[in-house]
Amino acid sequence: MKKFVALFLALVMVLSCTAMALADGDLIKVGIINLDPSESGYRQANVKNLTDTFTKENGYDATFVTAPTADKQLEAARGFITAEVDYILVSAAETTGWDEVLQDAKDAGIKVFLFDRMIECDPDLYTAAVVSDMRQEGETAVAWLESLGLDEYKVLHIQGQLGSAAQIGRSDPLTEKIAADEKWTMVREGTGGDSWDPNEARKIAEAAINAKEDFNIVYAENDGMADGVVAALDAAGITHGVDGDVIIMGFDCNKWALEKLLAGEWNYDGQCSPFQANVIDQMIKTLEAGGEIEGLNELNQIISEEKGFDARTITQEDIDAYGL
Amino acid sequence: MHGKKKWYASLGQLLIPLVAMALLILFNLLRDPGFFSIGLATNSSGNRVLTGNIISIIDSASELAIISMGMTLVTAACGGQDISVGAVGAISGAVFVKVLQAMGSISVGSVLLGLLLCCLATILFKLFNGTLVAVFHIQPMIATLILYSCGRSIAYWINGDATPQLNSPIISTIGMTLPGIPVPTPIFAVILVGLLLVLVFRLTTTQLYTQTVGINQGAARLNGIHPTAVKLLSFALLGVCVSVAAVTGVCRLGQLNHKTLLADIEMDAILAVAIGGNSLGGGRFRLSGSILGAYIIQMLTTTLYAMNVAPVNVKAYKAVVIIIIVIAGSPVVKSKLTALWAKFRTGKSDSIRRKEAD
Repeated sequence: MKKFVALFLALVMVLSCTAMALADGDLIKVGIINLDPSESGYRQANVKNLTDTFTKENGYDATFVTAPTADKQLEAARGFITAEVDYILVSAAETTGWDEVLQDAKDAGIKVFLFDRMIECDPDLYTAAVVSDMRQEGETAVAWLESLGLDEYKVLHIQGQLGSAAQIGRSDPLTEKIAADEKWTMVREGTGGDSWDPNEARKIAEAAINAKEDFNIVYAENDGMADGVVAALDAAGITHGVDGDVIIMGFDCNKWALEKLLAGEWNYDGQCSPFQANVIDQMIKTLEAGGEIEGLNELNQIISEEKGFDARTITQEDIDAYGL
Repeated sequence: MHGKKKWYASLGQLLIPLVAMALLILFNLLRDPGFFSIGLATNSSGNRVLTGNIISIIDSASELAIISMGMTLVTAACGGQDISVGAVGAISGAVFVKVLQAMGSISVGSVLLGLLLCCLATILFKLFNGTLVAVFHIQPMIATLILYSCGRSIAYWINGDATPQLNSPIISTIGMTLPGIPVPTPIFAVILVGLLLVLVFRLTTTQLYTQTVGINQGAARLNGIHPTAVKLLSFALLGVCVSVAAVTGVCRLGQLNHKTLLADIEMDAILAVAIGGNSLGGGRFRLSGSILGAYIIQMLTTTLYAMNVAPVNVKAYKAVVIIIIVIAGSPVVKSKLTALWAKFRTGKSDSIRRKEAD
């Protein structure tokens, strides 16, 4: 029995040594910490974007960890520090609690990149953050609405998970506009809850319709909830979209949602770009060549460029290029 | 007087939920008589449909009502609850969508096949739970915790796509209304599942067996009832309920979202069983109580939405009302009320007797 164990251990050691030798070479070692791809179409596209970019052919030896909770993510980060990777990439489940691990990484000479989501810590603890500006997304959407030049803006507002960065960023420009401009009124405000539930959005819209509330704009903070509201409108025979009575607005730019724009059933979809991998790839290549990263703001951020799509101008090419 | 007592006794556990329902209706009538108005509209497919809050409540509560029935059976037979119904619902939805995508086209035949296969898959997953509970005697909550935590990931594996779409008039017919019938289709799903369970339980001895196992397993076994088989049957029937609810949920929006399909429904279903006056410790049960509980929960939500309560406050208001209902149905309050009622009756008959003596 003992012999077997010894033999087994020896075998494991030999194998792991060969594995390390194989993995070595000129590849850049990267540890990538992300959230679960089943979370949403956004995350699925984000994970795919990273796995497609950080490949062996592209010069990387990348290890991927997808974990939905902060403790598992921190554990993965510690593992990467022990494994002495060159770079760590993080999309954090929670914005706080990272200081210690990031300091350890810095002490070990590992460079950290944040993508998609910010972490609340000293900006010196990470090299750069490639993130979305959620407030910018809200402002773009409200500016688009204003450009329509309607006589009255009567808004049915479906919020996302209350307190999340995406909800606050997308809600604030709208609520501020409604408070400031008397042509704009909030007919009803509801939330899809922690899971951004389309079915809850449908029930809220049903309640508004049953109460004979008069609204001409649906501002839903993601595509799924916009779809839930549309189901309620369809059931009540209220027309929507380009030639309809009610303007439908969503966020995230899922492929199926952009197709509804192209069909004229919806009016607007705001992009939340999951494509940060190329930017980070370029930055790492610059650093490896001995260069400096340029274009960072005071928080070491680079803000992803994000568009808003209008049903009247969207094309099939847009869907293929930006649809998640 | 004898007749009246019989009327009271026949209601039994349904008394509290019925009173709660009546109070909710009364509250809404006083608040806004227009709450109960029913209208007729033409939906986007050109069908005439009924609209109004009452229709919304009955329609929206469908998935919850269906799952509550299954939950009642598991509760009665095993004395515990299955907390994985929402997660396994996501798996059923994923199987349903996968079958339709594999078939290529969506026709009545492929939808029926999808429903059948997703029903079978769900029963298998529920029998996994059932085996842990009935054969290995693991506490139901622990046994079902496994699928509760990993079910939605399994659903994602099955499809490998975060929000697959199903665009077809047949799908929206199941999720919205049948042509020529102004009542939302999900309501028929509740009726069908209800009829199935009534057939199984009323025409056979299954109800008696289930209650016997729930009250005393040992005694049941001594009387020739097989507790394992009865428990497994309850899980299999719950599987049927979950798959029907999941397909209804998928068809409502014509898309599947693994994270939000039947999200948090396990908690509402357990609540519906409790509000319906069923003991969560197993034994005697009434399906009608749980169904009533489901409609009460939905009526409460719709009432809060109709009152335009701020989104942050909805859950808190809901919790307050539910605490009141559950406390009113608790054994302590019940026995106090029964004693009070008895005192009131005897007091009344005393005065009648005195009058007669005069």
